[in-house]
Amino acid sequence: MSADHSASRPPLRLETDAILGDPQTKIIVCCGSGGVGKTTTAAALALRAAELHGRRTVVLTIDPARRLAQSLGLTELDNTPRQVKEIEPAPGTDRAALPPGELHAMMLDMKRTFDEVVLAHTDPRKAAEIFANPFYQAMSATFSGTQEYMAMEKLGQLRSADEWDLIVVDTPPSRSALDFLDAPVRLARFLDGKMLRLLLAPTRAGGHRVFSLVSASFGIFSKAVTRVLGAQLLTDLSGFVGALDSLFGGFRERAERTYRVLQARETVFLVVAAPEPDAIREAVYFAGRLAQDDMPLGGLLLNRVATVTADEISAVDARKAAESLTALDDFTLTGELLGLHASLVEQRDRQLAMTERFLAACPGVPVARIAAQPTDIHDLEGLRAIGAALVPHTGSR
Amino acid sequence: MARRNHPQAPAGQCGPALADPATRLHVVTGKGGTGKSTVSAALALALAADGRRTLLVEVEGRQSIAQLFELEPLPYQELPIARLDCGGTVLALAIDAEAALLEYLDLFYRLGVAGRALRKVGAIDFATTIAPGVRDVLLTGKVKEAVTRAVDGRWVYDAVVLDAPPTGRIGRFLNVTAETARLAKIGPIKSQSEGVAALLRSPRTAVHLVTRLEEMPVQEGTDAMAELKRLGLPAGAIIVNNAWPPVLTEARISNAEIRRGLAAAGLPSDRKTVTGLAREGREHQTRLAVESRLRAELRTADRPVVELPSLPHSGTRTGLEVLATCLRAALHRPEAS
Repeated sequence: MSADHSASRPPLRLETDAILGDPQTKIIVCCGSGGVGKTTTAAALALRAAELHGRRTVVLTIDPARRLAQSLGLTELDNTPRQVKEIEPAPGTDRAALPPGELHAMMLDMKRTFDEVVLAHTDPRKAAEIFANPFYQAMSATFSGTQEYMAMEKLGQLRSADEWDLIVVDTPPSRSALDFLDAPVRLARFLDGKMLRLLLAPTRAGGHRVFSLVSASFGIFSKAVTRVLGAQLLTDLSGFVGALDSLFGGFRERAERTYRVLQARETVFLVVAAPEPDAIREAVYFAGRLAQDDMPLGGLLLNRVATVTADEISAVDARKAAESLTALDDFTLTGELLGLHASLVEQRDRQLAMTERFLAACPGVPVARIAAQPTDIHDLEGLRAIGAALVPHTGSR
Repeated sequence: MARRNHPQAPAGQCGPALADPATRLHVVTGKGGTGKSTVSAALALALAADGRRTLLVEVEGRQSIAQLFELEPLPYQELPIARLDCGGTVLALAIDAEAALLEYLDLFYRLGVAGRALRKVGAIDFATTIAPGVRDVLLTGKVKEAVTRAVDGRWVYDAVVLDAPPTGRIGRFLNVTAETARLAKIGPIKSQSEGVAALLRSPRTAVHLVTRLEEMPVQEGTDAMAELKRLGLPAGAIIVNNAWPPVLTEARISNAEIRRGLAAAGLPSDRKTVTGLAREGREHQTRLAVESRLRAELRTADRPVVELPSLPHSGTRTGLEVLATCLRAALHRPEAS
């Protein structure tokens, strides 16, 4: 049964067009748990910013579906923004008042981004040494946090190039939705830790590894590391860390700068969710975490909202009528339609209850919703439809 | 003939069983949002029937088991979370990589106090978040320990269900040896990961894929199945979650017909209602067409397919029980003749 939504205070409406059109908005970060349509939403917002608001926009996607990528003209992972050709100003736009915008799209190549950072901070000889280290190879290609670091790095690069009116970022499908926020902090903590210095300390003497530092914790540490990881691994690791040493400072500084940009007025976070228990729970968690980190939360974008077009008939009436019509044997079509209608209304009511749950946990967060599309989106027309289907949530239907 | 199917269970009552009865480790993956945690929990319940004992494991630190069973966040400890009427028990374990590492160090190196010293210098942080693969070796290592734990010559758990990382990371997660063996050429980490790899590649393991009949989850799911095959990991069943009811498949939707039916049922039959219902019906037919195309695509993977109905009470304990009943039927279903 649906709760009495009319009794609760209507939620604030998330006016995405106001955000997209505001020249002060420079960065929009779409975040949320996996499988809620983040990438598609990011692309739809970027397209709308370009076509409707005439902004020079770039969308940074992390791992788009093949066909969506193709629709944006991204056939390969090449780590540079490519202009999307087929964009057109929205009908009725006054072209004199609003010059047409541009849409550029890129897919993050984390390995290449990492390589670029290395190259930018060190000389070619040292870079070659780093690239050859098995630790670097593993870390740059597979390490579970690399995608997050590199998404932040790329965002930082795009922002400092200062050639975009608006950067729309899709966030990696992280283990937890917060990894990309935590990545720079974790990196800093790691770099500030004694671990690195300890690993840098070992020197070779007589073919044996000796640690120059003598302290109780260090003795245990070195013994543990050697026993657990093995001497070979330690050699590689220490080589890796030594080679990266020159680079770390700059790397951390950049990550911290990006983190500060995310807290600035020019950034808007949009939490994307589907109206389902897991996704809503993550959204609540994320909204709280953004507040804690002083990150500006624009609002909640609810994807895949069920639409009911025969509003007049309640679920209970439809269910009852479906049963009696099916029994009559002559009204199969209407009977089945009413059965379907009842399921849709129930689904919508469940979704409204989910939204209420979010609003109860995060009062005052504006909400907008996007109707569920009957088919998957893989062309610009579909993305336009998503942008147009974005309506501020008012609590009723 | 098993007749345990829930009335809502759609087609798929026949065909190869969800898993071989000898399977002891069920790894469940799927794209985010497909409901793999819910399916994992339901599978653990289904496997616990007939007085069996199962362990449900999560490794992503999301506390989804606690949420599904409406419990307080779980500590790093095996705790009973459900007792079935038929005498079965489900226990749960939320593995925390840091705790698993400290436990591991303690077990093999007696590093109780020194473990804390390691944390102080950032080594634990390093090992669990920065060092490639180590985290996954620890997580899968703990799973292996639970699967192979025996007391008095009897397995402690009849089956273990692992709510694994999503399709995008599953190959890397399960293929721990390749990475770690390359980095750690000798030493305990190497032997540990080799032991895990042997279990994961044995007939005792099955990797199940949860998907919805939507393009992205199916595409990523079939990609993941191919990757698992390449890595020599045993693919299990494909579990389709949340399929729409197969009504109106062939129907021609006519407004006059709808009006007649509404009038017969004594419901409003104004134009807006009639066209509204017709539109809901057509959108449903569009979805069904997409679903049947994707269903055919999944069939080419040549794995047992199990369909779970879309539920009005998803995300609740009742919903879990219904899914468990469907999965139980699929575990025992007869081969199609």
